[in-house]
Amino acid sequence: MVEAVAGPAGPRPVRALSRRNIILYGTLIVIAIYYILPLYVMVVTSLKGMPEIRLGNIFSPPVEVTFQPWVKAWAQACTGLNCDGLSRGFWNSVVITVPSVVLSIVIASVNGYALANWRFRGANIFFTILIFGAFIPYQVMIYPLVIILREIGLYGKLPGLVLVHTIFGMPILTLLFRNYFTSIPEELFKAARVDGAGFWGIYFKIMLPMSLPIFVVAMILQITGIWNDFLFGVIYTKPEAYPMTVQLNNIVKSVQGVQEYNVNMAATILTGLVPLIVYFVSGKLFVRGIAAGAVKG
Amino acid sequence: MASVSVKNLDLSFGSVKVLQNLNLEIEKGEFLVLLGSSGCGKSTLLNCIAGLLDVTGGQIFINEKNVTWNEPKDRDIGMVFQSYALYPQMTVEGNLSFGLKNARMPRGEIAQRIQRAAKILHIEPLLKRKPAQLSGGQRQRVAIGRALVRDVDVFLFDEPLSNLDAKLRAELRVEIKRLHQTLQDNTMIYVTHDQIEAMTLADRIAIMRGGAIQQLADPHTIYNKPVNKYVAGFIGSPGINFLDGNAIEGATPSFDAQGIVIPMDRYAFAQTPQPKPAVFGIRPEHVLHGDAAVGQAFSQQVAVDVIEPMGSDTLIWSKLGPQDFRFRVDGQADLSVGDQVLIGFDPANASAFDAQSELRL
Ligand SMILES: Nc1ncnc2c1ncn2[C@@H]1O[C@H](COP(=O)(O)OP(=O)(O)O)[C@@H](O)[C@H]1O
Ligand SMILES: [Mg+2]
Repeated sequence: MVEAVAGPAGPRPVRALSRRNIILYGTLIVIAIYYILPLYVMVVTSLKGMPEIRLGNIFSPPVEVTFQPWVKAWAQACTGLNCDGLSRGFWNSVVITVPSVVLSIVIASVNGYALANWRFRGANIFFTILIFGAFIPYQVMIYPLVIILREIGLYGKLPGLVLVHTIFGMPILTLLFRNYFTSIPEELFKAARVDGAGFWGIYFKIMLPMSLPIFVVAMILQITGIWNDFLFGVIYTKPEAYPMTVQLNNIVKSVQGVQEYNVNMAATILTGLVPLIVYFVSGKLFVRGIAAGAVKG
Repeated sequence: MASVSVKNLDLSFGSVKVLQNLNLEIEKGEFLVLLGSSGCGKSTLLNCIAGLLDVTGGQIFINEKNVTWNEPKDRDIGMVFQSYALYPQMTVEGNLSFGLKNARMPRGEIAQRIQRAAKILHIEPLLKRKPAQLSGGQRQRVAIGRALVRDVDVFLFDEPLSNLDAKLRAELRVEIKRLHQTLQDNTMIYVTHDQIEAMTLADRIAIMRGGAIQQLADPHTIYNKPVNKYVAGFIGSPGINFLDGNAIEGATPSFDAQGIVIPMDRYAFAQTPQPKPAVFGIRPEHVLHGDAAVGQAFSQQVAVDVIEPMGSDTLIWSKLGPQDFRFRVDGQADLSVGDQVLIGFDPANASAFDAQSELRL
């Protein structure tokens, strides 16, 4: 009789670096380099002085590290009449982004909630129009919007731009929230109604606490979208209210004097820093939010 | 006094008519079960009574008050759902108190009511936990508690036990029955597709099909005197035997099941018998065999085709004439395939239906 064997029979199979794996990892590495190389060049260049840059070795690390370009980009670079660097654009962008993000998410989440759970009269038509809005190229709306903003006295002012961002974020965000809220079991909503909670009661006490992940997603979308916006910023504001992206463009494109590549690189990195930070910080939160939701069941 | 009455209720989703001209009267303190296969409109009816769906036509009265257009919270109802529908971010206590807080009840009273409900449902040690930390059975208890604390007159249950495993289901079923006995004045309307639940819990069962109530009666009547072929086939497990054939009128009325003649003089006809195509139904548990079959109004030798042991009893498949015929024997009975057995039954226990209208004869 064969003796009973404890555990699996034979040696554990060795995971070989198969041909398939080599191709897979090779491709991934090449793609990673492709995306990281420009960033590397930017960082390296921004830390060099102009003489070193003129040598032309864009891949070589800086011989003499200097933070002067960063200081200049942030506080001294000139655009138009102002010579206070990107800091002005940064604060403009903050003042534009924060209220736009908050306002658009608040309105869109309530819209989505109403569409998903309270099938009011005309809800379908409203939803169709909203989705249709997402497909209209927004170039066709630029000029009418200029006129509307002028008529209501907001043209060239920050509140005007906030309004524009809020409106343009509406279709996609509403869709996002509506789909999320429809995925929450309907019986939960029914139970809350039987328990006597009204429209706002259910929204704040039942729906909101279950929706952290989708709020984070909406925040990422809106912060990066609005921060990176150039077109609306340049059209609907005046120079002293230009967002950071527009100001960056003006610094990089300035025709007077020599092209200071190191300052340009530093300015570009500074401008891109906010979306980057948002990704890093909220990405983690986002994953955690999803995991927490999954365990709740 | 009628606790809930539904009058000429219509409900459509767009062009799909789910309920049509439905009438239902439920007495105070009654346990009514809505039984039917999936998609027949049970939940829809319950949601209409709860006020979670706007009716297309007709009226709903609760405690003699027309509540057709009232909000769910103003109807004096509590509802328990199949998926428990507990608020996941609140503790058990939070779940129980949510409705009371919405009604702006003083804190002391909320605490008292939660204590009372928790005691009845044996969930006192769980009050500080979140729903995710509870088992299915515990969650459903909390869901029942949520209706209990609100001190409502009418409890609505929508398949509350369907998500539980068989053992828990049986346990909680008894507890719901016990709860109903404790709260004598509370009307309960209970939706299920499970006939065992329906038979064990109900004072009266309403069998639904395609949005209409087929039969509304106590479990005994539903089981013994089904009004039509659908009800007869739906109730009972293993299912009733149907034999196609003809009703014959003669000196004594009888039934001709494709060559096998069954005397029907002991059968209580609901209509004057006429010769016409009909269906004869007899439940496997009403068929006797061996010595017990001797002397029955109908008896016949049959061969055993298939044996299905089910523990406490065994189901035997055989043929009566050309048609399949099942009967139940004791689980310990010693039979094997091919054996000849004498079977017999009393047609008084049978049900006969018109082949065309499928109504009881
Ligand atoms: N919101 C809805 N829209 C359209 N049809 C629905 C809706 N809800 C239910 N129905 C239809 O109504 C019928 C009855 O559904 P329901 O009452 O849920 O059945 P059940 O008896 O299984 O509880 C089904 O055929 C279903 O497809
Ligand atoms: Mg249902």
